[in-house]
Amino acid sequence: MGIRHIFRRKKSKEIAKDRLKILLISDRVNCSPEMMEMIKNDIAKVISKYMKIDTQTMEIQISKTGSKGQGKTPTLYANIPILDLHTK
Amino acid sequence: MSEVIVVTSGKGGVGKTTTSANVGTGLAALGKKVVLIDADIGLRNLDVVMGLENRIVYNLVDVIENKCRIKQALIKDKRHPSLFLMPSAQTKDKTSVTPEEMVKIVNQLRETFDYVIIDCPAGIEQGFKNAIAGADRALVVTTPEVSAIRDADRIIGLLEANEFKKIDLIINRLRPEMVKRGEMMSSSDVVDILSIPLIGIVPDDENVVIATNQGEPLVGNHTMAGKAYQNICYRVSGKEVPYLELDKTISFWMRMSGIFHKN
Repeated sequence: MGIRHIFRRKKSKEIAKDRLKILLISDRVNCSPEMMEMIKNDIAKVISKYMKIDTQTMEIQISKTGSKGQGKTPTLYANIPILDLHTK
Repeated sequence: MSEVIVVTSGKGGVGKTTTSANVGTGLAALGKKVVLIDADIGLRNLDVVMGLENRIVYNLVDVIENKCRIKQALIKDKRHPSLFLMPSAQTKDKTSVTPEEMVKIVNQLRETFDYVIIDCPAGIEQGFKNAIAGADRALVVTTPEVSAIRDADRIIGLLEANEFKKIDLIINRLRPEMVKRGEMMSSSDVVDILSIPLIGIVPDDENVVIATNQGEPLVGNHTMAGKAYQNICYRVSGKEVPYLELDKTISFWMRMSGIFHKN
């Protein structure tokens, strides 16, 4: 990551998008980034009991709409890369 | 068949009033009967943008307080015979009107007009609640900036909570050359974030300032913003039109700047 920063300054539009994504999650559900981090850690802990997962790259996100449509229910998405299905 | 449209944004200064004036004027030019309501009580501006500030006798609050009939408060536009403005009061504040009173006025106007367009004040308080009370659909105006998008997202949430079935997005003041450099979010970036249907992209255009100086909406003229507003009017009225090629102007400007600063 560090190397990328040295060679290529991140364009401000990417910074804006990243900031907004995080900001809107907490705006939409009234839930702070700290709380999201705690939820993420707890999910990781539970899943880790059963299989080996990549906790570094896993992501969780609350989205306002289920799909790109008119739905109104917020949905929690978790993207958890599995490293090994048969560890335990 | 009449439709009540609220133009809103949350954040101030993103172009709600300019959008209201241009969409209203453009729809009237398409032959529709249109009334524009300035719902920003205490800070009225739509009259100035429309160039009708010298013709105000009665206003919205006078109608609500039964000091005059609706018809007496309506100002006929100087360019389009089917366009009217209901000005706001400058000396009152937002608490002079309740959502119920707005609904009553809007429903009366519905009988005579094809489109009732409400220019919403900034913020999410009483003025916002009044402006959205009688509306069927919303045009949410934002610029490609973090603060405006955040506020637009909040507004969209509130409109959804109020059971708006049709919420469309207008991205205002887009600068294609900055998008190309990666220093401004593109229209698709903004649509991705807000996830509501896009109904128009208006490029940043100095002609908007000139038009406001003159009190003449620029919809339909040869300027980029004028064309963009014209397209929005078509789409609002249900006609599908392709998006402007904003890139064309950039490549032109890029070529020009290439000539001037050769390095």
